[in-house]
Amino acid sequence: MRSDRARRTPSTRRRWWLTGFVATTALLLAACQQGLPQSSLEPAGPRAERINDLSTIVFWMAGVVFVLVEGAIIFITIRYRRRRREERAPVQIHGNNRLEILWTVIPALLLAGLAFPTVAAIFDLSRRPPGGDVLEVTVIGHQWWWEFRYPDLNIVTANELVVPVDTPVHLSLESAETPGGIAEFTADGQPVTQNAIPVIHSFWVPRLAGKQDLVPGKVETLTIEADETGTFLGQCTEYCGTSHANMRKRVIVETEQGFQEWVSRMQAPPAEPEPGSLAAQGAEFFQNFGTGSCLACHGVEPGAGGTVGPNLAHLASRGTFGAGLFETNRENLQRWLDDPRAMKPGVVMPDYNLTEEQIEAIAEYLLTLE
Amino acid sequence: MAIAQPLPRGSVFRRPTATTGFVSWLTTVDHKRIGILYGVTAFAFFLLGGLEALLIRWQLATPEGQLLDADVYNQLFTMHGITMIFLVVMPLSSAFFNYLVPLMIGARDVAFPRLNAFSYWIFLLGGLFLYSSWFLGGAPDGGWFGYAPLSSQMPGNNLDFYAVGLQIVGVASLVSAVNFIVTIFNERAPGMSLMRMPVFVWMTLVVSFLLLFALPVIAIALFQLAGDRILGTHFFDAAAGGDPILWQHMFWIFGHPEVYILILPAMGIVSEILPTFSRKPLFGYPAVVFAGAAIGFMGWGVWAHHMFTSGLGPVANSAFALSTMFIAVPTGIKIFNWLGTMWGGAIRFTTPMLMSIGFVAMFVIGGLSGVTHSIVPADWQQHDTYYIVAHFHYVLFGGAIFGLFGGAYYWFPKFTGRTYSEPLGHLHFWLMLIGFNLTFAPMHLLGLEGMPRRIYTYGEGLGFDVWNMVSTIGAFTIAASVLVFMWNVVRSLSRGEKAPPDPWDGRTLEWTIPSPPPHYNFAEVPQVRARDDFWHRKYTEDGSGRVQPVVAGAATEEAEEGHAEEEHAEEEHLDIHMPDPSYWPLVAASGLPFIGYGLIYDWIWAVPGAVLLLFGLFGWSLEPVAEEGH
Repeated sequence: MRSDRARRTPSTRRRWWLTGFVATTALLLAACQQGLPQSSLEPAGPRAERINDLSTIVFWMAGVVFVLVEGAIIFITIRYRRRRREERAPVQIHGNNRLEILWTVIPALLLAGLAFPTVAAIFDLSRRPPGGDVLEVTVIGHQWWWEFRYPDLNIVTANELVVPVDTPVHLSLESAETPGGIAEFTADGQPVTQNAIPVIHSFWVPRLAGKQDLVPGKVETLTIEADETGTFLGQCTEYCGTSHANMRKRVIVETEQGFQEWVSRMQAPPAEPEPGSLAAQGAEFFQNFGTGSCLACHGVEPGAGGTVGPNLAHLASRGTFGAGLFETNRENLQRWLDDPRAMKPGVVMPDYNLTEEQIEAIAEYLLTLE
Repeated sequence: MAIAQPLPRGSVFRRPTATTGFVSWLTTVDHKRIGILYGVTAFAFFLLGGLEALLIRWQLATPEGQLLDADVYNQLFTMHGITMIFLVVMPLSSAFFNYLVPLMIGARDVAFPRLNAFSYWIFLLGGLFLYSSWFLGGAPDGGWFGYAPLSSQMPGNNLDFYAVGLQIVGVASLVSAVNFIVTIFNERAPGMSLMRMPVFVWMTLVVSFLLLFALPVIAIALFQLAGDRILGTHFFDAAAGGDPILWQHMFWIFGHPEVYILILPAMGIVSEILPTFSRKPLFGYPAVVFAGAAIGFMGWGVWAHHMFTSGLGPVANSAFALSTMFIAVPTGIKIFNWLGTMWGGAIRFTTPMLMSIGFVAMFVIGGLSGVTHSIVPADWQQHDTYYIVAHFHYVLFGGAIFGLFGGAYYWFPKFTGRTYSEPLGHLHFWLMLIGFNLTFAPMHLLGLEGMPRRIYTYGEGLGFDVWNMVSTIGAFTIAASVLVFMWNVVRSLSRGEKAPPDPWDGRTLEWTIPSPPPHYNFAEVPQVRARDDFWHRKYTEDGSGRVQPVVAGAATEEAEEGHAEEEHAEEEHLDIHMPDPSYWPLVAASGLPFIGYGLIYDWIWAVPGAVLLLFGLFGWSLEPVAEEGH
């Protein structure tokens, strides 16, 4: 009777474990959703692919070790559990040199085996891509947005990096803020300088490459490359202050032709608003809204950089603003002009107490900047 | 001068005499009481850090969470990290060091009892100093790692509290590290050679050396940070020729050994629990000790794996990739030896044993994900994502916290003289195990799917929703398990059965004395003849490893002896001279927060601080022993 039960218990348990295992696997498979825009598990370029391949090897090896060790724990705890009222005195084993050497050497050899592809990948991926067909882009990290400069093309844009497909893009990464900041006025009219701090940010678009920090005073490099067109999301991954979570970006990969069209659009000045229109009035407010000028911080000339805020020459051609946070549309722009910090905490741009009329006109003007 | 004269009665230098009541706790130098103070205080901070974690998880449960704003969230995740590392796991380990090391090596106290009290009071006051920032304009919000130049240039006092507060807390650990090194080298009972010491004592020794060498590095870095913030230096200011990467090197040269400072004590605890409840000696004791020491050495050569994305270049990245891979080897040795300990044993599933098995099972996961970080290109994807958050919680919660809870249950009868409730203990374990895995396992996936750390909000459409909700549910499950633990403690303190001296059939010296131990620990200093000395007093083994009780019923006799000893303790052992209580550690320690406020606000506050500190140190050095003739 007793031995019967003893025989049945382990098999019942085994069934439990099996059920649990199947359920967990099903859950995990369900978890690996496809089509995630920011997932490192879905590489869309050779560099992210290389990393993913290497990771896959490691995950499988770790997976095997995991199953063996956890399996051993479960086996040992079941097999060697003390039964009720059993007073067994186990054999006192103090150690076993041969075994211990074995489980020192085997992991060491496994790890040594991993070292070769790792070091090879480190050097390969750190190298500047060979050949002349490389797009150079300078990335400047700001609190909390991204400035993209194309030095060979005289383009300056923000938060949306447009690149051609199947072309390595060599990024020079810097972190800098324009000194001086901007003047903001307190309730009683006192000017307060609002300054962004040049801090460390990190550039990461998981589907295209690994990440690289942007360090003040240094120029770091990173190469990204996409082998399919589309929009790939990324965001800052080095904690950089209040709105770190809101420092997002997107890489838009175009066909070669689409990219050339984009370049010529970006190099042309934006269309002048029709005289007498609401947009023209907005342009005037943009230059002078009574207590200041938007131009103090924002360029509207193509290729102009070096100011406190993003270049707005072609703002309306960008799908989002506020570092990838908000869709570029009338409602969002008006909300932003009304109170930027309500939409993005800590942002340098203050609430300028613009009138309803000014907000409507400026938003109208901004939407013409294509 | 009066110094040479015997001091008159009633002078400020007279030593306090209270042995019970509130004052006795303020003036105690008894390592056991200090251990309890450490434990209770650290547990209180554990509840605060846990509360912070619950707020964080509530905020992240859904996309665009509205519970917290960005600034409060940033303070919460910073304080959660600082609290759990500096105010929970380190002092909880310290609680076990304090209470157990003298008992395990057969000593009556630590080498410097007043220094021990001093380090506790600094820890308490330093922790309160850090927490006072919540009421003084906001807590530190630069992350526990405080990367410059964000930390050196952010306006407000938040990060001043970081720079100064950690410095204060660091003094506590540094002082106690010296204390334990001297204690372990000098205070061992006769016959207790180094290779007969319990593994827990070994790990205490390794951790103390790590602290001794790591804390000065962070102390210098924090001085530089305070200099940049308060005095106008430019160590980390690139525009003035400083280097932000300098902070990272300094921080992680401290920070990586710190990781082992957090995990090795728990490894030591588990190495005591597994043999007891398997009724077998630790498998490969020398290997486990050497692996611990090897981790202690190798831990200094892996710091830059925290910096693979900061642009060190391929050569440095490769070197640190290799060193990081190979630190997995000694860690693996420990795991296999623990499995070897259980193999063939007679395993009793008490709560401490469950916690220890949980420790091994969870630590394996944290160790394996750690190996994946050493694959530098993979780390370029994983770094600063939730994958890392998952990894180090498997090490520090699945590892350290499970181990520390295991220790709390294991020695609960020794600490309190009461037995705890096993059913409640089991409930705690299973709830915590399930809650822990619900919370942190999904984070692996979240990180790989692109969710960065330290973000107070995330958008919809990124695929982060489901697993964040699961994780939040898990966090509240953990909270429930901690409530079960607290109920168990409260219930057992008032209604638990009286604990015998040796409730587990233990192996080490602390089980030879009554529960709780008398203030002098050992009536007679024990003579140690073997590793696991107490076990060998109870059992012999023949050549093939079969166990025989020394005399039939020897264990019971020992126990009765213990009871008898307890009853007659007070009369019989009044002649044992123990260190006298003292006010001065508390007085001296209380100067430090004032100096801290002085640095942050106005130097005038530093004056009373300096007076208290100096007065305290003078009083300390001048106070006599209480009774003449000892």
